[in-house]
Amino acid sequence: MSPDSTGHSVRLCHLYPDLMNIYADRGNIAVFERRLAWRGIGLEITEVSIGDELSGDFDLYYLGGGQDRDQDLVADDLQTKAAHMRAAADDGAAQLYVCGGIQLAGHGYVASNGDRLPGTGVLDLETTAGESRLIGDLVIDAHLPTEMAAGETRQIVGYENHAGRTSLGSGCQPLGRVVNGHGNDGASGFEGACRDRVIGTYLHGPLLPKNPWLADVVLGWALAHRYGDTAVELEPIDDSMEQRAHAAAVARANRDR
Amino acid sequence: MLKLASLVALGAGWLSRRLGRGGGTTLPGVVLLRLRPNAIAEFAARLPHGAILISATNGKTTTTRLVVAAAEALGLRVVTNAEGSNLERGVAAALLHGARGGDGGAPDIAILEVDEAALPAVARAVQPRALVLMNLFRDQLDRYGELDTLVDIWRELLDSAAVSESCSLVLNADDPNLADLGRDRSNVVWFGVDDVSHALDARAHAADATSCRRCGHPIEHDIVLLGHLGHWHCTNGDAARPVPSVTATAAALRSDGQTVTVAIDGSPIEIDSSLAGLHNTYNVTAAMAAAQVMPTIHGHRAAVAQAIGATGAAFGRGERIAIDGRKLNLLLAKNPTGVNQNIRTVLAEDGQVHVLAVLNDRTADGRDVSWIWDVDWEPLEGRLASLTLAGDRAWDLALRFRYAGFDMDTVQVKPDVAGALDAAVAATDPDSTLHVLPTYTAMLDVRSELARRGHVSEYWDES
Ligand SMILES: [Zn+2]
Repeated sequence: MSPDSTGHSVRLCHLYPDLMNIYADRGNIAVFERRLAWRGIGLEITEVSIGDELSGDFDLYYLGGGQDRDQDLVADDLQTKAAHMRAAADDGAAQLYVCGGIQLAGHGYVASNGDRLPGTGVLDLETTAGESRLIGDLVIDAHLPTEMAAGETRQIVGYENHAGRTSLGSGCQPLGRVVNGHGNDGASGFEGACRDRVIGTYLHGPLLPKNPWLADVVLGWALAHRYGDTAVELEPIDDSMEQRAHAAAVARANRDR
Repeated sequence: MLKLASLVALGAGWLSRRLGRGGGTTLPGVVLLRLRPNAIAEFAARLPHGAILISATNGKTTTTRLVVAAAEALGLRVVTNAEGSNLERGVAAALLHGARGGDGGAPDIAILEVDEAALPAVARAVQPRALVLMNLFRDQLDRYGELDTLVDIWRELLDSAAVSESCSLVLNADDPNLADLGRDRSNVVWFGVDDVSHALDARAHAADATSCRRCGHPIEHDIVLLGHLGHWHCTNGDAARPVPSVTATAAALRSDGQTVTVAIDGSPIEIDSSLAGLHNTYNVTAAMAAAQVMPTIHGHRAAVAQAIGATGAAFGRGERIAIDGRKLNLLLAKNPTGVNQNIRTVLAEDGQVHVLAVLNDRTADGRDVSWIWDVDWEPLEGRLASLTLAGDRAWDLALRFRYAGFDMDTVQVKPDVAGALDAAVAATDPDSTLHVLPTYTAMLDVRSELARRGHVSEYWDES
């Protein structure tokens, strides 16, 4: 099927692809693109980086992780885009924040030297640098609230590598519970955060190829934002290869702990 | 007392081998450092010509072999470390064995490959006569942390007393991060590649040094040669590629080797090498640059060049092995830049190519497999006669290819290495080459399977 045979498309805003790309974020974008193309739906990607004006109407926003130095540069610039991001989230656009992204989507990040980087405030959470990095395979039982995705619980798997300890406020819910690994802070048993059509998570590796269910949830939100709820259905895809990779990664995580 | 500690340490290694325990290579180093924490410094102090330390993300094993060959061509007795033992204990074990003398007496000089993160500790102990720093690429983030962190600890090292004014720094001018490390220092020998015919269209996706270390402005490349290596400048005008005094002015690359012209202060010398690929152009050039800081180099450049050219591939790094009428080409890599460069080398072959990629996620490979998404596998599309995927994380590799749009009906996915080897060899036409792209432990798995079948001693052109 050609990517636009249905005449539908998703407008994706990829934030700072040149700086926030350290944990294979390119893989998540590839998953968006292919899973839409297989269903005859197009993906229009707009890359927005430092100094670029963020304007226009997008159905999906993506922000990945970067090195500390790059994340500092991005945090400053993101202040010029924060109001747009909050308005888009309130308006029902889908937003996915991975790794460093979840930290920048919160109220702020207190670095190990005590400096505080401001975030966008899209997610009601706060992050503080810990003494050690939380590293390893990570398996969670993801549970999206009923109003977001029919209250389904699914296992998702990936890798985490972060110094940040993230605590959630009352304005968002965790993405899921940790089965194996550290999650938001290594203590609470929670991983990630969500509200409306916004998800933040420390899971990379990258996140979406081995967790196609989550990819389709996010793509469904993006289509709902553009065309209205249930106007465009996502046809099922043969995900047997994805399931094998998922199972291998989960087995790896369980074996080593 | 160093002598007693040495004897105990050597005995431990002997015993471990006798018991079939393994660890015979580094165990003596562990024991020695336990008994005599200062042993590295004590041994190093006895070397009349000191030590040369070689570090990089990619190419340190091969380059160390080349620099050893150069030193031996100068008549120096060399102590060096076996591939893989590049942490403190491996260095200690190498110096311990070197101190026993062996055939020509005590060593004159140590030439040591050192892990990037272990470099400060080793350098503080040996007080090197030269540091050869070749490149820093994104690699095993779960183990080394961010690239910036490594650059910072190397800078601290260069600013410390461990690196004296008399220590030569042999640095790659084409890597913006290393160029900044050498900035405003007087004791630098810069090397680089000036053959611009190998320029790539763009920086690799996995490029790292994209902003200036001085001012944060973007780094712009006039020429990209390999990853983020190339001819670069800061768009703010406060930094640019230093002019190298040792530089590859021409590299004629073949699928089975290359002829490199290296100019030293403008005078050219030709090197014929069986090492393929532009990454080996860098390795050869780095070795020639390192040779310039050796004692007695004057008047012996031709002999050194000859010795470097005559040195074959290290274990698993372009090593060629015969199997069932096919040629196996082992191309170890464990980070995006390394695999990108290996793919480029494979595609230098004419026509369709056979590839077996093996991905493990054990400690020595890096536990996080994210990096395979930063590899540019896409140039292989349309050029594959066969593709087999194997290893602990074969299915992750399969997804990488599936989402890149490859036709997965023609791809064999076989996690088990023995089965994958059978399938890949069966898919490879007789007399053709099967290029194997393994991570570190995957390379060991492939090699031990080959040894089990009795193939591993059959080198094709190991010289
Ligand atoms: Zn600059």
